[in-house]
Amino acid sequence: MSRSGGDGTGLVVSGSTGDAWELVIGLEVHCELATATKLFCACPNRFGDEPNTNVCPVCLGLPGSLPVLNKAAVELALRIGRALGCTVRPGVFARKNYFYPDMPKDYQISQYDQPTNVDGWLGLPDGSRVGIERAHIEEDTGKNTHAGDTGRIHGSDYSLIDYNRAGVPLVEIVGRPDIATGDQAKAFVSELRKILLATGASDAKMEEGSLRVDANVSVRRPGAGLGTRCEIKNLNSLRSLGRAIDHEARRQIELIEAGDRVTQQTRHWDEEGGCTRPGRSKEEAEDYRYFQEPDLVPLAPSAEWVKDIDEALPTLPAKRRSALGAAAGMADTHAGVVIAVDRDLDALGLAAIQAGGDPARVLTHIEHNLAVEGADALEPEKLADLVKLELEGKLTATQAKVVLAEMVATGTAPAEIAAARGFEAMATSALEATVDEVIGSEQAEWDELVRAPEDDKRIKKLNGFFTGKIMKASRGQADGKAVNALLVQRRSAARVERGLD
Amino acid sequence: MAPGAAGTAVSLAAAVRAGDLSATEVLEAHLASIEEREGEVHAFNLVVTEQARARASQIDDAVSAGNDPGPLAGVPVALKDNMCTRGIPTTCSSRILEGWHPPYDATVVTRLAEAGAVVVGKTNLDEFAMGSSTENSAFGPTRNPADPTRVPGGSSGGSAAAVAAGFVPIALGSDTGGSIRQPAALCGVVGAKPTYGAVSRYGLVAFASSLDQIGPFARTVADAAAVLDVISGHDPADSTSIPQDALDLASHLDAGVEGLRIGVVTELMGDGIAPDVRARVGEAADALERAGASVDEASVPAVTYGLSAYYLIAPAEASSNLARYDGVRYGLRADGATTGEMMEATRTAGFGDEVKRRIMLGTYALSAGYYDAYYGKALKVRTLIIADFAAAYDSHDLLLSPTSPTTAFALGDKVDDPLLMYMNDVCTIPSNLSGQPAISVPFGTGSDGLPVGVQVLAPALGETVMFRAAAVIEDAAP
Ligand SMILES: [Zn+2]
Repeated sequence: MSRSGGDGTGLVVSGSTGDAWELVIGLEVHCELATATKLFCACPNRFGDEPNTNVCPVCLGLPGSLPVLNKAAVELALRIGRALGCTVRPGVFARKNYFYPDMPKDYQISQYDQPTNVDGWLGLPDGSRVGIERAHIEEDTGKNTHAGDTGRIHGSDYSLIDYNRAGVPLVEIVGRPDIATGDQAKAFVSELRKILLATGASDAKMEEGSLRVDANVSVRRPGAGLGTRCEIKNLNSLRSLGRAIDHEARRQIELIEAGDRVTQQTRHWDEEGGCTRPGRSKEEAEDYRYFQEPDLVPLAPSAEWVKDIDEALPTLPAKRRSALGAAAGMADTHAGVVIAVDRDLDALGLAAIQAGGDPARVLTHIEHNLAVEGADALEPEKLADLVKLELEGKLTATQAKVVLAEMVATGTAPAEIAAARGFEAMATSALEATVDEVIGSEQAEWDELVRAPEDDKRIKKLNGFFTGKIMKASRGQADGKAVNALLVQRRSAARVERGLD
Repeated sequence: MAPGAAGTAVSLAAAVRAGDLSATEVLEAHLASIEEREGEVHAFNLVVTEQARARASQIDDAVSAGNDPGPLAGVPVALKDNMCTRGIPTTCSSRILEGWHPPYDATVVTRLAEAGAVVVGKTNLDEFAMGSSTENSAFGPTRNPADPTRVPGGSSGGSAAAVAAGFVPIALGSDTGGSIRQPAALCGVVGAKPTYGAVSRYGLVAFASSLDQIGPFARTVADAAAVLDVISGHDPADSTSIPQDALDLASHLDAGVEGLRIGVVTELMGDGIAPDVRARVGEAADALERAGASVDEASVPAVTYGLSAYYLIAPAEASSNLARYDGVRYGLRADGATTGEMMEATRTAGFGDEVKRRIMLGTYALSAGYYDAYYGKALKVRTLIIADFAAAYDSHDLLLSPTSPTTAFALGDKVDDPLLMYMNDVCTIPSNLSGQPAISVPFGTGSDGLPVGVQVLAPALGETVMFRAAAVIEDAAP
């Protein structure tokens, strides 16, 4: 019907009219804060416990109970705010009033017109910036389970409510509508997740619901004013987010091109159906009757507190990627660089490169061989030594992998491990002799390989045959790449000799 | 009144601590007076006779063991039934809380227990403290012990009546717009509303959170002071609790009013106030002057808008505070085909008319498109009232006014006319809006022979001076 332009402008070309459309996407991300206790009481903030065991009069909203703000939650909220470059202002809590059985007080305590963090931004790996309108503190609700076939409140015989989650501290990060593609939206959430993890503010698991993303999507013709938006909920993975945005944009374009209008509404992503569906429509927009929460006093973090937070803030992923990328002579977006930072192994990589380790080999090891426990305790000099041994041809890639695993387990130096295991990559001259020996003893197959045209299927098979023989003859000491290179070289020499090339 | 039930809290506690009287004897005397007249007065929703006896016996054991049970040792106390008591039903005089037993004690209840007081029961109130006559109770009205054809005032009418009838020497009430002071005046007892935040609200079932404050009823100013000294002081469980030590009113009560500047509030002495009530306030002012205070008139213009602002702010907060009574977790649950219908049916069956009226008023006042015109404007008026009080206190230490425009009215007189009923609180509401303390002290009777209360108002945290003046008025009362 229509397709996304791959040029990063976010323009979508309609399949039916050929017109170009722009997507305007704003994300709202709720993240549960990784505090020991809830936002307004001392109950444990823990996922997966027996239902209704982490509750008290306050988080059950029992008559007469009163909230007391958890300072640790404010600390984490401020970390998020500062990591996103927000200004910290005195915040005021308000009540958002609506009836819902999973909400014990039938109102949610949330910051409304005076949030704690305002006006920040998040840099995406592609170099673009997405504005952050606010990052405010609020309490989570309980969780409903509807018994019956549908799993939905309609048509269920009864519902069970677990209030363990009620009162868990949340920060809602409201992004500005600066996002133009589903991929950018995914990159935004992915980068935000890294920041939440780096600051220790949240464990940010989309599948467990500790990171929840809603997407506001609208479309417009280039240069036109903003279109009517729909809010998409129930996005449980980055993949769902991207798919849902693409689908929703197409849906809206089709509607408009058919002469209809987009209705502002909340839509739920149906992962199986691969489409968004309208939520239960409400006759009119919900009126939350916000007013200042009289049970709490305004929250005014001191300048010293904010300063302490700034000083304690870890180096954020974007900065770490550019540091490692610069040291490795690679782009910040290089997969090895990104993965090293994701795994918190960029410090190791950086130090190993500074100790003389070849950047590409160092990052390859981090990417493929160091997704293991204890990797962060590896001494960078030893990783650099290992890489040197490889480059000098003293260890094959396969051997290096084995040595590295033992280095992680025991901390022993790579040369020692290699010696103890009898690993020594064959010197090239010794390898050449072995290769020629094998060619000499398998004349028929060699003749077939030399004469086979370049696109012949047999080449691959015969190459495998010779590699196997050579590896066997060298008792596994030969480097696979070196063997292959020698075979290619010997074959082309033979073809020239026979006048085939 | 049964023999032994006439003592003040201060004298009873002293006797119990000295071993001259047992807590059990004190309790039994009071239980006897309850037995005698409760059928007529209906001050209580629940009398916890057995728990009280067990508690009194504990106090006696402590005294025998040479321990001091505290400043209110063995003093029977009644609690307005909107304060949470662990394991004891707390109803707010509403059907909607049917069957609910709080799993915890309100902070004030804990503090009274720590001071050696003995809880004898939970007193009647206008449902969720909404009313000025205690007629809006799901369990029937309370009657004024001074004249059982009259209302005791409200909403803490049960507590006021319990003290006036001699059922208990002291009781706690809550005051959102005058709910301690007005019934105190109508029943002829002392009732004080402290500074907002002086007493913890933890465990007080909320009506209007920014206005609610717990305070004492007593037959003497000294007893009211003794109770406030026990229940006040910072509570970390209430974020609006003022971070300061408990009040020490008792040791300053006799300091008199020499040199104090006291203003009679002009706007609260006008046509809406019955002439006999106005006359009593004038006599109280004269008494203060005789005791060495300088008394003049003080204008607090914005108080005339207090009633209007209050009837937007209090219902707005109430509409939110009372949302949780939805049938899902506790209390009444009516049947409904869907969750929404169940909630609606529960609230329809569980709330009385006045509560419904205020929930609707408050919901409307907070609604999009009306917020600025109603709730927003009311908040501005509140700010004005605070400013006008501040100006008055520039040149005065205390202010004086009637507590209630009239003496106790007859049951049924105003219950069908909400606006007329609301007028009862015209003198008391301003202090709730300003968060400042005020006390009602009995001062003679009106032309109908029923009690009149005089109100002393003070700036925030001015309780010490306020109680000194209250003591002088008490001494001079006819
Ligand atoms: Zn809790």
